[in-house]
Amino acid sequence: MVMKTEPFVVNMGPQHPSTHGVFRMRVTLDGERIIDADMVMGYLHRSIEKLAEERTYTQNIPFTDRMDYVSAMTGNLAYVLAVEKLCGIELPERAQWLRVIMSELQRFASHSMAVGVFANECGVWFTPLMHMFREREKILDLFEMACGARLTTNYMRIGGVSRDVPAEFMPAAYKLVKELPKRMGEYEALLLESEIILARSRGIGVLLPERAIACAVSGPMLRASGVAWDIRKADPYAAYDKVDFDIAVGTNGDVYDRFLVRIAEMRQSIRILEQALEMMPSGPVHARIPTATVQPGGAPSAPLALRPPVGEAYGRVETPRGELGFYIISDGGPAPFRFHIRSPSFINLTPLPELVRGVTVPDAIVILGSIDIVLGEVDR
Amino acid sequence: MTVILSGVEIARRIEQAFSGAVIEATPEGAVLTTDVLVDVCTYLRDDPDLDFRYLVSLTAVDRFDHFEVVYHLQSIHANRLAVLKVKTYDRENPEVPSVVSVWWGANLQEREAYDLMGIRFAGHPDLRRVFLWEGFAGHPLRKDWLNMPGGVMPGLERFPGEPGGKLEGRG
Repeated sequence: MVMKTEPFVVNMGPQHPSTHGVFRMRVTLDGERIIDADMVMGYLHRSIEKLAEERTYTQNIPFTDRMDYVSAMTGNLAYVLAVEKLCGIELPERAQWLRVIMSELQRFASHSMAVGVFANECGVWFTPLMHMFREREKILDLFEMACGARLTTNYMRIGGVSRDVPAEFMPAAYKLVKELPKRMGEYEALLLESEIILARSRGIGVLLPERAIACAVSGPMLRASGVAWDIRKADPYAAYDKVDFDIAVGTNGDVYDRFLVRIAEMRQSIRILEQALEMMPSGPVHARIPTATVQPGGAPSAPLALRPPVGEAYGRVETPRGELGFYIISDGGPAPFRFHIRSPSFINLTPLPELVRGVTVPDAIVILGSIDIVLGEVDR
Repeated sequence: MTVILSGVEIARRIEQAFSGAVIEATPEGAVLTTDVLVDVCTYLRDDPDLDFRYLVSLTAVDRFDHFEVVYHLQSIHANRLAVLKVKTYDRENPEVPSVVSVWWGANLQEREAYDLMGIRFAGHPDLRRVFLWEGFAGHPLRKDWLNMPGGVMPGLERFPGEPGGKLEGRG
């Protein structure tokens, strides 16, 4: 018997737990196979780029927390790096190392969430996620000690960090970093050979290296495809040129490899943290901002606002999701003339329609989960 | 360590292959003419020495009298970064050739620049707004957006061409 069928459009999201926020995928189905997918986003669009043109350089730092709210420290860092490039500010040693420590703690916390939620989507229901949240909680406690906030940290400043860490931070950080390898061993035992994850994630969502480069994806997604590209190595910032670590690279470029790369990066983060805690010197945590960039006498509206020289700068860091870049143009005024965010979550979505074409709906959810988007950063 | 290729240097390389393609070369970037943009980009991508296969960032800037589209290109093997720019002086209907045929990664970024800055990318396979709805008046990243005649008029048809595209009673 021949059955008459026709394509069927299904909206996945915007309100759906698998979309990690408010993201909508309009998929056209033929039976259970996806034949076409269209991405609809912008539900969380706040036009940060426009808002930033009305605010001083320092006032813009809190916006960067609210883009990638799972990884606020690295968002802060990318922005202040771009402004420091623009002004030519040199940082004191201790501030550099504090930035490395905060970035790596944040990477571990963010990857725990990514891996835990990904396991959830595969069907390894909540146990790994809750185990990982245990360590994430301790990292957030450290952030709270350092800056008073757990998620929207607003910790980095142009020329350093907002304040030095309190006396109890270092012992607590040492204790945590000592404990993390043991916890990682537990996760690996729990997840790497998990029958459910293997069955759900191997061989789907394959992105070949040439295609990954052409699509401009970055971060674990690019490395899972076998391209050893990491901004921390390629364009070192803060004190990353002084620490020793390996770039985790995948071979097949499938969903399982992205998961493996994240697990391996968590191990590398611990390695960086161990070195950074040992090597951190004492001293000031904030540079003196050169007076030439400060308005002499001061305009009445913003008397001591930073006024970078006319020009443009592109600053970038490796966030847990990929290359986050800020392209900032200064016209010599107290607010940026143009403030562009190169957001990794947004650009990593570029190959999504081709990755989900031909797979079933449950596989599409796993593929989307493996990209690890944060909608605050996609929509900005 | 990434070497930032000066605009003067990249302009010299482009001039060797396409004479007359570079309008202006400053240390911050090489300004190209729009008519050879796609050819130059293809050359920069395929030349084994330059090898700019990775488009880091594509964005647009409103300079009041003209729009600039800025391309940040990365060579992964040589670890070099270069900046290209094109300018368009038409404020009513600014148009720049699309580079999606060169780097597929430009797809969403060109849609973003079209959405927020209103630049049309000729040859883009699917040039639709990406964050705002199709009925949104104006392009908010333009410097004159708040002074638009008639002000801002949200609440028009949201997703034209989609069944039930108009959401009743919602902005």
